[in-house]
Amino acid sequence: MIDDYRRVAPPGVVDTILKLSERVQGRRLLFLSGGRFGGGSAEILRPLVPLMTDLGTEATWEITGGDPGFYGTTEALSAALEGAERVLPDEALDHYVEMNRINAKKLRLDADLVLVHDVAPATLVSERTDAGRWVWRCHLDCSSPQRRAWSFFRGFVNQYDAAVFSLPKFAPRLNIPSYMIHASIDPLSEKNRDLTPREVSTLLHSLRVAQDKPLLVQIGPFSRAADPLGVVNAYRLVKKHYAVRLVLAGTAGDDRESLEVLADLREAAQHDEDIVVLELPPDAHLQINALQRAATIVLSKFVRAGFGLGAAEAMWKGKPVIGGFTGGLPQQIVYDVTGYTVHSVEGAAFRIRHLLNNPELIARMGAAGREHVRRSFLITRHLTDYLALLIHLVH
Amino acid sequence: MTPPAERVTTRTAKQPFTFIGCVELRQGLDRRAQDERELMDLLEEVPAGSVFYHTHGYFLRHRPLTTAYGNDFATWVAVQVRDQVLAERLAIVNPFEFRTLEELRDELVTTVHDHLTHLSSVPRVEFGEPFYFQQSHIVEVPLGTGATTLAEFRDGLAEVDSSAIYFHMVEARARLGRRSGDFAEWILTSIGLPQLAERIERIDAYMTSLERVRARVLSLVDQVLEEERA
Repeated sequence: MIDDYRRVAPPGVVDTILKLSERVQGRRLLFLSGGRFGGGSAEILRPLVPLMTDLGTEATWEITGGDPGFYGTTEALSAALEGAERVLPDEALDHYVEMNRINAKKLRLDADLVLVHDVAPATLVSERTDAGRWVWRCHLDCSSPQRRAWSFFRGFVNQYDAAVFSLPKFAPRLNIPSYMIHASIDPLSEKNRDLTPREVSTLLHSLRVAQDKPLLVQIGPFSRAADPLGVVNAYRLVKKHYAVRLVLAGTAGDDRESLEVLADLREAAQHDEDIVVLELPPDAHLQINALQRAATIVLSKFVRAGFGLGAAEAMWKGKPVIGGFTGGLPQQIVYDVTGYTVHSVEGAAFRIRHLLNNPELIARMGAAGREHVRRSFLITRHLTDYLALLIHLVH
Repeated sequence: MTPPAERVTTRTAKQPFTFIGCVELRQGLDRRAQDERELMDLLEEVPAGSVFYHTHGYFLRHRPLTTAYGNDFATWVAVQVRDQVLAERLAIVNPFEFRTLEELRDELVTTVHDHLTHLSSVPRVEFGEPFYFQQSHIVEVPLGTGATTLAEFRDGLAEVDSSAIYFHMVEARARLGRRSGDFAEWILTSIGLPQLAERIERIDAYMTSLERVRARVLSLVDQVLEEERA
């Protein structure tokens, strides 16, 4: 399996991974998360855990279960740790901790390294034995957590041996060492594997997206944080000078904000046939792949974001990306080399026009973006980071 | 009678050269600067490993794409604070010219200090992000079986992961105290080619990519091998 990555990883990297793995043969590595489906940590763990096994570690992936109250609390706690205002009654927090006590009895928690992802399984650390090292792998931006949520949660985090964040700016103050590991994409997954031009055309045809004009594409949730309405306004500024088509694709939530944003976008699309709003199911990986490949320019004009990987996915497909100056976007987009980070609707419009005016830049930035992702945001880099963490903490 | 000179291509090294790649594990230091004075104050107190990470370590992290500024401090001042004057002054500080990390730290601190003495207010981040101090732990990865001749060394160098170029040309010199770098040292002591060793030692690794350094070393080695064949 790891050999499959030789054709996409930088030269020599797979050999480095194989050599690194020689030092951790037979080591037991346990990944704990709140679920196996959807995006976020699950999307990363799905290919990563089998690769770790292929490399000779005894890697397993366990999930915590619970009742609706448990999931409601973990969701609210995650949002509160990212700074949103949420009500977290003591009884709900006690129930969350108690559910994880029950989870602990069902799980085999002894391993050389236990990597606990995000909030749902986090309090399992209270049930740890003396053996092995425990690391909290946080994919959230915990830089400005809601005070009450953090004062409850911090006590658990400090029971770990270390924490891992995606960026230094996401890390709150802790009494344990904090390591930095960026998220990654799997270049062989349905979302990122190569597609033939024919496959792209067929998939776009099935989505009813015509390819007769340059496509501006933003993939992302229909939320204010992703600012799809700002993207529409940027497109309108560009449309005065260029015949382009805007595609806004994402998975809609059933919350009020999502429904409102979607309604506003549909209203805008009703008056302009070049605005295409696509509500996709959560497993529309191939469709997203095809849209990114068909795009002339990919937008990630978020105004608030976690690390996210939309920009890396688009750059892997050789596309320049114009992204908001937030979350992990400045880390992924090398300004003026692989795309642009912008601070406003006008900034996005200006950079779209700049690129459309200079088509040679589109090709050059696309090629640079693909190489940047090859080095920095592929799962092979993630594997080396986890192997290095295992060696550093366990040896 | 003098024995015929041994050919470079067949000369066997006393010690084989083992390429060592490396993986960098980054650690946050919970120290952040919002303005240039805080940058200077924190630069004085952070561990030397952090100074190394933000200067020499820059080349490991920017393998395929070199940017306009050769270290994290200059990049932050240019991109986030938008103070081009200090950015230029920090960018010209070549970390490879300093014998110790403390000397490098002094140069950086005095550069910021001198800049601030000429200003009436301290430039700070308005729309950008703070500077987050980090340090790294390097995990070494021995690669391959080892080269015993110059030709084997050349073939290994052409294929090895670029982190090995960083390890032997940057990490070995700056953090492990092997001033000549491992390539030059091995070619001098094990292969006995002082001129080639000196040329490799003189390669300017600042403001270039690891791939360019690899290409430069390969070209120097090829020159020697081809001269002999000719």
